[in-house]
Amino acid sequence: MKLEQMYQEIILDHYRSPKNKGLREPYGAEVHHVNPTCGDEITLRVRLTDDGTSVDDISYEAQGCSISQASVSVMTELLTGHSVEHDLEVATAFLAMVQSRGTVEPDEEILDDAVAFAGVARYPARVKCALLGWMAWKDALAQAGGAIDLPDAVGNQTDPTKDLASTNGAVHE
Amino acid sequence: MSIQLDASPLDVQAIRPDFPLLARTVRDGAPLIYLDSGATSQKPEIVLDAEREFVLRSNAPVHRGAYALGEEATDAYEAARGAVAEFIGAAFSEIVFTKNATEAINLVAYAMGNAATAGVEAERFRVGPGDRIVVTEMEHHANLLPWQQLAQRTGAELVWLSLTPDGRLALDDLEQVINERTKIVAFVHQSNILGTINPVNLIAARARSVGALVLLDACQSVPHMPFSVQQLDIDFAVFSGHKMLGPSGIGVLWGRQELLEVLPPFLTGGSMIEQVFMDRSTFAPPPQRFEAGTPPISQAVGLHAAVRYLSAIGMSQVEAHETFLTEYLLGRLGEVDGVRVIGPPSVVERGGAVSFVVDGIHPHDLGQVLDDRGVAVRVGHHCAWPVCRRYGVQATTRASFYVYNDVDDLDRLVEGIGAAQRFFGVLA
Repeated sequence: MKLEQMYQEIILDHYRSPKNKGLREPYGAEVHHVNPTCGDEITLRVRLTDDGTSVDDISYEAQGCSISQASVSVMTELLTGHSVEHDLEVATAFLAMVQSRGTVEPDEEILDDAVAFAGVARYPARVKCALLGWMAWKDALAQAGGAIDLPDAVGNQTDPTKDLASTNGAVHE
Repeated sequence: MSIQLDASPLDVQAIRPDFPLLARTVRDGAPLIYLDSGATSQKPEIVLDAEREFVLRSNAPVHRGAYALGEEATDAYEAARGAVAEFIGAAFSEIVFTKNATEAINLVAYAMGNAATAGVEAERFRVGPGDRIVVTEMEHHANLLPWQQLAQRTGAELVWLSLTPDGRLALDDLEQVINERTKIVAFVHQSNILGTINPVNLIAARARSVGALVLLDACQSVPHMPFSVQQLDIDFAVFSGHKMLGPSGIGVLWGRQELLEVLPPFLTGGSMIEQVFMDRSTFAPPPQRFEAGTPPISQAVGLHAAVRYLSAIGMSQVEAHETFLTEYLLGRLGEVDGVRVIGPPSVVERGGAVSFVVDGIHPHDLGQVLDDRGVAVRVGHHCAWPVCRRYGVQATTRASFYVYNDVDDLDRLVEGIGAAQRFFGVLA
């Protein structure tokens, strides 16, 4: 059965016991994203360090399916306390993985627990679920001033933030 | 009206071979159980055969050209109009073919907006500040957004009938909501998410008493029950081809002849004109006035075949079959712990769209488990987001049926729900 391939234990664990959930203060920017196909939604806050180079906190309230909820939970663990540069690299790798339809071999060095979402790539209808939190984070990061000074943060020849923004149907309210 | 039976009047096993798609498997060899006909129905082979035959033998532009093919194509297209008219008890020229039902509703809404600058004959369609447009809280987005937009463009007020806890329209304040300033009441016949069948003539009577127009969204009723505009006190009805075994790309607007005669056009261009000058034009009579550009010709031919197919089965039989399935599923779901139906709990004034939530399992996750077992259901807000808000759910899972479904399909669905509950560990 392929279900277990998508619903890895890590995903189910994070779904049942989400990490870093709840909205915290202070924060640099807050965004609200929805997935218009299913109504899932997230309010997410990002706080950067005083020098603006690292992500100090990511807090959120969200409602949605196991994939969207586990994905944002894993994301907060991977991205909090690291440099913006590092985080954009992780986010770009995550995006590439889940949108690859299974053609991209995920780099566990970069993605860590987020490789658990590799199975989602085989279900195009669920990609937006996996990306809901990541798109919100990217949007909040930009609003908090984090992405603006790092045009070369990721070596993909494309602007990673633009890439992220253009590939999800989630709308910013 | 509901009919309660011990068995379906349809021989589903005889019907299924007409739908080759239903014989396929999905994912890793799971037999397909298609329970999403409320979104789009599958097509019998004869619909495709009719389209194919038309395209390969008679394809040509309609209503122009003096050659034989053009005549054949025009005859085929207009014969489809006649068949659809007969199917809903309407007059031939009261049937307008559109791209889909959404376009049909937009046609009326935009035409009403255009009435502001049309002649005095279109006066009754005019809406402006102080006027009311009435909808209900259970509308599909297709019968909500066009009216929101018309209200915004004209300064009219958008008001709606709200919902009761068991999925019905709250009609206690019917007279307050549909007041003397109401210009049109647009509402759904059978809810695509709740399954509720609304009391059309009761609402229409109130609309009539204040001189308001009545538009009925019949997308979930025309395919599933006997439907005659002669028995409904309405002015406009819309439905789509692809939900009634026909092709996508074609929808239907029915309008009372005397209203279509004076309704301003929506889309303008070729085919809908009487005379054209550089600075002005006059328009063809209905239905051509509302069919600008090349219409969906082969789709109309396919829809004609679908109408013939449904008529051969008999719409009363279709309705009885679906009532039987609905009652069966409501009963089975009632036996499953943690399942809550969103919508009327019995088959009284209720059709075959059954929405439900399962405690502890998001509809997307439930849909995934069901899909793994070959069961195709719709998950999400079903283009009726306000209904989900009203009942405090993020989304629902919906099973909807048609002539090719049977109780085995519903058993597979219920088994799948149990499997999902075990998979996600939500059973006590």
